[in-house]
Amino acid sequence: MKALCWNGINDLKVERVPDPYILNEGDAVVRLTMSSVCGSDLHLLDGYVPTMKAGDIIGHEFMGEVIEVGPGVKKLKRGDRVVVGSVLGCGSCEFCQSDQWSLCDNSNPNPEILEKAYGYAGAGIFGYSHAFGGYAGSHAEYIRVPYADHGAFKVPEGVKDEAAVFTSDAFPTGYMAADMCGIERGDTVVVWGAGGVGQMAMQSAYLLGAERVIAIDRYGDRLAKAKQYAKAEVLNYEEVDILEALKEMTGGRGPDRCIDAVGMEAHTTGMEQYYDKAKQTLRLQTDRPAVLRQAIMACRKGGTVSIVGVYGGLLDKFPMGAAMNKALTLRMGQMFAQKYIPKLLERVAAGEVDPSYMLTHKWTLDQGPEGYRMFKEKTDNCMRVVFTPSQ
Amino acid sequence: MDTYNSKMSDVLGTNNISPPSTGSSHINVGDTERIVSLVGGALLAYYGLSKPNAGGIAMAAVGGALLFRGATGYCPMNEALGRDSSSGRDITIEITRSLTINKPRSEVFQFWRQLENLPKFMEHLQDVRQLGPKRSHWVARIPKGVGTVEWNADIVQEEPGSLIAWRSMPGSDIDNAGEVRFTDAPADRGTVVQASISYRAPVGAVGGNIAKLLNPTFRQMVENDLRRFKQLLETGEVVTTEGQPAGKR
Repeated sequence: MKALCWNGINDLKVERVPDPYILNEGDAVVRLTMSSVCGSDLHLLDGYVPTMKAGDIIGHEFMGEVIEVGPGVKKLKRGDRVVVGSVLGCGSCEFCQSDQWSLCDNSNPNPEILEKAYGYAGAGIFGYSHAFGGYAGSHAEYIRVPYADHGAFKVPEGVKDEAAVFTSDAFPTGYMAADMCGIERGDTVVVWGAGGVGQMAMQSAYLLGAERVIAIDRYGDRLAKAKQYAKAEVLNYEEVDILEALKEMTGGRGPDRCIDAVGMEAHTTGMEQYYDKAKQTLRLQTDRPAVLRQAIMACRKGGTVSIVGVYGGLLDKFPMGAAMNKALTLRMGQMFAQKYIPKLLERVAAGEVDPSYMLTHKWTLDQGPEGYRMFKEKTDNCMRVVFTPSQ
Repeated sequence: MDTYNSKMSDVLGTNNISPPSTGSSHINVGDTERIVSLVGGALLAYYGLSKPNAGGIAMAAVGGALLFRGATGYCPMNEALGRDSSSGRDITIEITRSLTINKPRSEVFQFWRQLENLPKFMEHLQDVRQLGPKRSHWVARIPKGVGTVEWNADIVQEEPGSLIAWRSMPGSDIDNAGEVRFTDAPADRGTVVQASISYRAPVGAVGGNIAKLLNPTFRQMVENDLRRFKQLLETGEVVTTEGQPAGKR
């Protein structure tokens, strides 16, 4: 089959690789109809996630048709149209059973790598480096889906592919960000990053009862979409002082809930950006935490900072004093796909949310390298490139 | 030399289970003698084999015996004479690792007590056969596919549902012992399995540093084995990506 393979920093190639097959009883093989790029893939491309190997197939946000199931699969059959969560969960360990799927004890075949870095290892993730299990990703014609009964969900009739594909990763991640906020009546929620996850976090904040949502980014088209589709008030951090603006917009009180939907490659303005970039380049810090710093500073006393933007390692100049003395609650984590996907599919089917506007470019798999270039450089108002490997 | 740490053992409440030194790890030839035996044995065997007469065959036979003495560090002649030229130190590696399994204690214990199940999750084990209620025969693969080693083991202690301990029989290829404890995790969080595995490394005093080098490998091996045990019990399968597609490496 054809697959989009990582071969080094900013080096992607479409290659011929063997077809996947059933390796374990609980596996399914899915023929991919849609596979989306994700902002977290850019950390792989830029070389900030170690343990990538040349030839690794990337991609983790996807849907398709079941073409084969292992003898242990009970809920799925050939021909089912499914969306699959990007994070793998075995369904049986303590963490899966308590709906904390990305903390799965069993789904990462290489846990010793993350154990060295983090003390304990979390779940495997499709197409996201050998530290996260070394699973082949979804930018391919076919993909093997382990623990298929737990990770693959039938798409309700009437939900189109263009909307369903984002219930794989962007929507559940954004929803979990809002869920972790513990939103109360009257709350103002600020979302840093108006990409796919950010857009979904904004809409989810309203679903969970937010009074106001404010979006922060530097790209006009993304802010325009946040305004149009997610009903957010918008701030461009290259144009206004964010801390001052947020304080004034919230009656001098500060926003109640702050969501970081950016992560380790944050951009900011002025000296701080140069400082972080230099330290990251010299590997004196692995992550650039400008958004996180700002969210902690902006948040009202006793508020919540919810982090779904991906971090990998160590931060520098982390304003712990502000977090401690304002009694902030910090919540974070890779998303619990299997907990949220069924609910979100229902919401999409009911017409409460239609994520399909995020799909700005529908391309063939052959255009993979070009698609990532555009997504990275954010040209042509690109929000999400989705590949259609079966066409 | 011993990797057993009594302080850690106090904290964890484990025993020093080091197996008796009887098999290949039993050494009674000193380092210098072993080197001399190796070199001398090789020379004798070489010259012996190149002479097609009775004297040559005798030379080769003596050379072979010396080679064995040098390589294993064990000399039957020394044994018979009650002579021991080794420094008397040998190496035990003992590793203790715990893990929590989200299954009832009786089920977890039963799966382990069925010793035939062990090769399903202990990667280096090829086969375990129950010979009697207490005795079993074990076959293990030597890493890198060099061959296999075999031994018989006896269950030396068993408390159904909570403890099982075994020791290899005297004269084993590798002297080894193991002890596994099963306890309830707090508040229905499953079963805590605490495994202590001990080997007497078949290298003698020559390999004091080798054993230190091997220790992390053994530790990782025990850890991986336990993880596979957990996966089998919790999910019915062992997680893998072996055989999945990739582009040009």
